Amino acid sequence: MSQAKVPAWVNIALIPFLNIMLAFIVSGLVILAIGEDPIEAAGYLIYGAFGYNEGIGYTLYYATNLIFTGLAVSVAFKGGLFNIGGEGQAYIGGLGVGLVCLALDHTMPFYIIAPLAILGAAAFGAAWGYIPAYLQARRGSHIVITTIMFNFIASSLMVYLIVNWLKEDGRMAPNSRTFGENAWMPYIHEFFAPLGIDIGDSPLNFAFVLALVCCVLVWGLLWHTRWGYQLRTLGTNPTAAKYAGIDTAKVTIWAMLISGGLAGFVGINEIMGVNHSLLLNFTAGYGFAGIAVSLMGRNHPIGIILAAILFGALYQGGSELAFEIPTITPEIVVAIQGLVILFSGALEHMFKDRIEGFFIRRAVA
Amino acid sequence: MFETLILMLDATMRVSTPLIFAALAGLYSERAGIVDIGLEGKILGSAFAAAAGAAVFGSAWIGLCFGIATSVALAMIHGFACITHRGDHIVSGVAINTIVAGLTVTLSMNWFGMGGQTPTLSGDSRFLSVTLPFADALADVPVIGLIYSELLSGHNILVYLGFAMVPLTYWVVYKTRFGLRLRAVGENPHAVDTAGISVAFIRYRALIVCGILCGLAGAYLSTAHNAGFLKDMSAGKGYMALAALIFGKWRPVPVLFACLLFGFLDAVAIRMQGVVIPGIGEVPVQAIEVLPYVLTVLLLAGFIGKAIGPKAVGRPYVKERA
Repeated sequence: MSQAKVPAWVNIALIPFLNIMLAFIVSGLVILAIGEDPIEAAGYLIYGAFGYNEGIGYTLYYATNLIFTGLAVSVAFKGGLFNIGGEGQAYIGGLGVGLVCLALDHTMPFYIIAPLAILGAAAFGAAWGYIPAYLQARRGSHIVITTIMFNFIASSLMVYLIVNWLKEDGRMAPNSRTFGENAWMPYIHEFFAPLGIDIGDSPLNFAFVLALVCCVLVWGLLWHTRWGYQLRTLGTNPTAAKYAGIDTAKVTIWAMLISGGLAGFVGINEIMGVNHSLLLNFTAGYGFAGIAVSLMGRNHPIGIILAAILFGALYQGGSELAFEIPTITPEIVVAIQGLVILFSGALEHMFKDRIEGFFIRRAVA
Repeated sequence: MFETLILMLDATMRVSTPLIFAALAGLYSERAGIVDIGLEGKILGSAFAAAAGAAVFGSAWIGLCFGIATSVALAMIHGFACITHRGDHIVSGVAINTIVAGLTVTLSMNWFGMGGQTPTLSGDSRFLSVTLPFADALADVPVIGLIYSELLSGHNILVYLGFAMVPLTYWVVYKTRFGLRLRAVGENPHAVDTAGISVAFIRYRALIVCGILCGLAGAYLSTAHNAGFLKDMSAGKGYMALAALIFGKWRPVPVLFACLLFGFLDAVAIRMQGVVIPGIGEVPVQAIEVLPYVLTVLLLAGFIGKAIGPKAVGRPYVKERA
C-alpha cells in the first residue's frame, strides 16, 4: 500500500473540510445548548465578516496577524519544531517596532522609519526565538517547554519596560506616547480614498501587503532553496538529515530565527498599523491562534492565507454575532478555534487513516 | 521579622496548593508517557464547573464533584486523541486549553450573565478554613504557637489534602504494582506490552488520576482560595505546575519543594511591591515573578543540574503486529 494511490484532493481539500465541518458542528451544538439557533448565528457571523466593506476590512486585518503567526508556526513545524512561543515572539517583536517608532518619529520620514521598524520587528522577534532554539540545538532542552517559559518571561519583561520606562509621563494608562503620524503604517482605505474608491473605514493597513509578501518569500524559501530542502529533511527524518551531512543544529537555529521574526511582524500590524503606541497585551492570543491556522492550512502558504482569512472571519463575525445575539459572547470564537485545533491537529488520524484506506482500496479494486 | 516570615510561609502554603495538585497531576501523566500541556485548561475547566456547581447546589462538595468530572472528561479527550488516535500530545493539549478558555467564558456569560463570573460563593458553598485542635489555646506560646496556629492551622481542607497527596503519590508511584507499570509505560512501553499488559489501559488510568488532581486544583482556585469563578482565573498556574514538575525532575518530593519555592516567590513578589531595599533600590516585582520560568529554563539547559524526563514521553505507542 502506498500513499501515492490517494488522490491529492483528498489530503488537500476533503480531510481539512471534514475536520473543520466537525469543529463547526460541535460549535453549533454548543450554541444550541445555550438556547440559540446555530443557523441564525452562522448567518450573522458570515454577514459580519463578509457582508459589507468595513466587515471585510476587519476580517483581513485580523487575518494579517494570523498569517504572520501561522507562517511562524509552520516554518518551525516544517523542521519538526513546535514553536509554541509565537505569542512571546510577537510581543517582543512589537517592542522592536515601538522602539524604532519612538526613537525616530520626530526626525525621520516614513520611508526610513518603515523599513527600520520592519527590521526591528524581525530582529526582536528572532532574538526571542533564538534563545530557545540555541538551548534546543546545543544544550538539548525541549523547545516546547522553553518557548512556553519564554512567553511568560516576555510578558513580565514587557510589563516592566512599559510601566517603568516607556509609559507616557503623568498618565495612568500603561502605554507609551502616541507616535507621530509619519510613523503610522498607512491604512488601505486612505490609499484608495484619493482614487475615489470607498472601501469603508477599517484598521486594515499595509501590513497586510507585508503578510502576503512573507507568504511568497516563505514559499520560495521552503520549496525552492537548498536550505528549505535541508529544513524539510530535518522535519521528516532527523536521522537521515544528520547522515546526509546537514548541520541540524544550525538549521534548527535558523528555522527558529525565521519563525520568531515572522511572529514579530504582528507588531507591525498592531503597533505601527493600528494602535500607534506601545501597549500591553496587544498580541491577544494571536500566537496561539497561529497554531490553529498552520494546522488548518496544512503548513503551506496558500493554505495559511485561506485559514487565516477563515479565522479572521470568525474573529470579526464573532463580534457581529455577539452584537446581534447578546447571549453569545465573542469568546465562542476562541472555543471554535480550539475545536479546529483538536479535530484538524490532535485527531487528524481519526478520519485520515480511514478515508485514505477507502481510496486505496478503491484504487486497488 | 519572625512573624513576617511566618505570614509569608502561610501565604506560600495557600499559593502552592493548586501548583502541588497540578504538578502531581502532570507527574502521573508524564510518568506514563503522556505530555500534558493541557493542565492549564483542566484547571480552568474545573474551576468553572466547581464554582457553577457550588453556586447552583449550594455545596462546595457537589461543586468539587462537578470540577473533577469536568477535568476527567477533558483528560479523556486528551487520552482519546493521544492514546487511541496517536495524535500529537502538544497539539491536543493546546486544543484543550483553547477550547476551555473560550467555553468557560461563553457558558458563564450565558448561565450567570455577570460578565464571565459566577455568583459569589459563601457559607457551605465554599471550602472554609479549618482550625486545628488546640490552635487557639497554643496561639500565645512563643515560636511554636505562631507556627502551629498561624502557619499550620486555619487553612481549608483542600490545602491539607494537597500536601497529603505528596506522600500518597510517592507510595503509589514507587510502592505499588500500578506505579511500577506506570513508570515502565513511560520508559519502555514495548517491555510492558511484552509482559501482556495493555499500554493504552495504563495510560488511560494515569490520565484519569491526572484529571482528578487537576479537578482538585481548579476547585481549590474557585471554591476555596477565591469565592467564585473569574475569567481566565487559572492565569498560567498549569504552565507553572509544568515548570515545577520539570524542576522537581518528575519525582513527587522534589516536585513538592519546587511548588513551594514557586509559591514562596509569588508571596515574596506580593510583599516586595514598592519596597525599597537599601543599596539596591526598588526591586521590580516582575523580576521575582519571572524567576520560576527563568530557573526552569536554566535547569533545562543543564546550567543547574540536569532534567531528564521519562524516556518514552510524548511518543505514541504503536503495537507491533506480526
